[in-house]
Amino acid sequence: MNTPFSPERAAELGDAERRGSAAQLAATSGLPDTSSEAWRYSPVSDLNLDELRVVTGAPPAPPDAPQYVTEAIDSLQAAATVSVIDGFVVAVELADGWVAKGLSVESAAVKLAEPEEGPNLFDHLHAAFAPDGLVIKVPAEVEITDPIVIRSHLSEGAAGFTALKVHASAGSRVTVFEYQSSESGGLVVPMTQFHVEQAAKVNHVVIQDLATDSWQVGRVTSRVEEHATLSSAMIAFGGKYARIRTDSDLAGRGATGELVGAYFCDGDQIIDYRTFQQHIAPDTLSDLLFKGTVDDESGSVYTGMIHIHPDGAGSNAFQTNRNIKLGDEAWAWSVPNLEIENNEVRCSHASTVSPVDPDQRFYLHSRGVPPAVADRLIVAGFFEEALRRVSIPAAAQIARTLIAEKLDVRLEQP
Amino acid sequence: MSELIVDQLAVKVGGSQILSGVSLTVPGGEVHAVMGPNGAGKSTLSNAIMGRSGYEVTGGTITMDGQDMLALDTFERAQAGLFYVMQAPTEVPGVSMFDMLTASLSAQGTASTDLAATLSAEAAAIGFDVALLERSLNVDLSGGEKKRSETIQMSVLAPKVAIIDELDSGLDVDGLRTVAQRVEKLTNDGLGVLVITHFPRLLHELNADRVHVLAQGKIVTSGGPELAIELEQTGYGAYVEEETPEPKSGGLDDLFSM
Repeated sequence: MNTPFSPERAAELGDAERRGSAAQLAATSGLPDTSSEAWRYSPVSDLNLDELRVVTGAPPAPPDAPQYVTEAIDSLQAAATVSVIDGFVVAVELADGWVAKGLSVESAAVKLAEPEEGPNLFDHLHAAFAPDGLVIKVPAEVEITDPIVIRSHLSEGAAGFTALKVHASAGSRVTVFEYQSSESGGLVVPMTQFHVEQAAKVNHVVIQDLATDSWQVGRVTSRVEEHATLSSAMIAFGGKYARIRTDSDLAGRGATGELVGAYFCDGDQIIDYRTFQQHIAPDTLSDLLFKGTVDDESGSVYTGMIHIHPDGAGSNAFQTNRNIKLGDEAWAWSVPNLEIENNEVRCSHASTVSPVDPDQRFYLHSRGVPPAVADRLIVAGFFEEALRRVSIPAAAQIARTLIAEKLDVRLEQP
Repeated sequence: MSELIVDQLAVKVGGSQILSGVSLTVPGGEVHAVMGPNGAGKSTLSNAIMGRSGYEVTGGTITMDGQDMLALDTFERAQAGLFYVMQAPTEVPGVSMFDMLTASLSAQGTASTDLAATLSAEAAAIGFDVALLERSLNVDLSGGEKKRSETIQMSVLAPKVAIIDELDSGLDVDGLRTVAQRVEKLTNDGLGVLVITHFPRLLHELNADRVHVLAQGKIVTSGGPELAIELEQTGYGAYVEEETPEPKSGGLDDLFSM
């Protein structure tokens, strides 16, 4: 493919040899094959790389976030605040108290582990064009009680390659909150890696509030050790096509992976989640709840795989995906899967795609609530089950506001 | 005083004619009971009055204070002053009673600034845990709590006529008395009540003014409160055609299965 993502442009970021060869691989790899299971239902073949703008130097500061976002972030008393634009870490403010405790939040080269199924175009582009990412390290037994807040923005038409690596040493605790936005158009490829050591706990909350004509193709990988917990919430409202694949390795006995998702798309958006939960060690727990609403002609994809490995005895795995289909033309693919190689486990999966419940509607109507308002209450209420599991209340509040905005648009339609 | 008039109402459900000419009038301030065996069409009557989809009115009229209810959507009937206490109130996850009533009152232009205080007072009056007001409607509530919740909503929305479907289900004797006393107070203030039940004892608590027996899709007889006492002793046998016996209705089985 002849695209703006040439080895010469990659070389502008330094380390020309390594980046150049990654750009070469990108040029020859082509867009992912949508006949493969991992990319089924994806509109990725519509992505036009030629329209994207390569960014090789740190851009100026991003525009202000909406007021309710700024207020929510300000209310958090962050241990660190980080600003990322088009993949470049442009500002890191770290509270002195936490520096003294050994917390490290800094921009550094992030070496990503190679995907098990082999790198695709986006992995190669990331290797070629990602500047230094953000690396968070928490020393053993240190509890960071204030969250680390990352505001990540994509400027107009840009290709942004972001990297985040969180290393929580044994017995530590940390909470990371990301708010993602974009100007318009463009592609952002966020790559995130967690290493949660023995008995550590990491909370991660992402609110994806991209413009509805921006693209996102990202990946979250994690390794959770003995008796450690990774609790993630992924909340998505924006993007023309926004896709996150998560690979969660429950690698130590008693490891826990909690994953909550909430997404709401309208217009012609497609939001796409692929989750892989690997129960590698015994007595591991994965608890996954994804709730989504699709309106207009938009669509969502949820495919999940729980894999209980031969050594995964005593594991529990719960996987639930529920969707409300508001628009007649809207669609939701929901495909939960189980692969069980040890029978001493408890697994459940559930998946639904349905319109607003007619009995719930009738109940509210019978109390005098007009239909459009009733639907609004029911849909907002539908998300509560997921939002109550979000570890940062201020983030859940931002999500409620964004859900209300989407529902307001609907209510104002004739 | 308000008046709900159901005249020659015929209703089909799923293609079957369930009601074929039901007529009754519920004046404000009175309690009317519709009794009858299981399957007589009692719940069809209440759902049809509220305009639930799936209940196809094929004949007759429903008017309240001269207003044609059949021309209105469910929410408009509610706003016009009808209220429906459901036998098994629907769970609405993530929506609190406060949110729902706020939406209802503001749609009617009667938003109250002290709704929270009103709700707390109503809850306390009938022994409903105030903490439950913040919870999702009917989710994880016991049968009795659901009926109390319905009663609180009725008190706040102050309807003209309430259709109360099997109020007793889930309530113990004391609970039933408390709720019935609240309903009686509303009735004294002018509320008309159409209570649907197959259980005569309920009518001792609610002091029914009139009793109508619904069988085979019609009101087959009407009378004063003494009719309920008679039914308690005799059951519905006299009103049920032989080919559709309902031996359990109104009998001891119902008393002990509660």
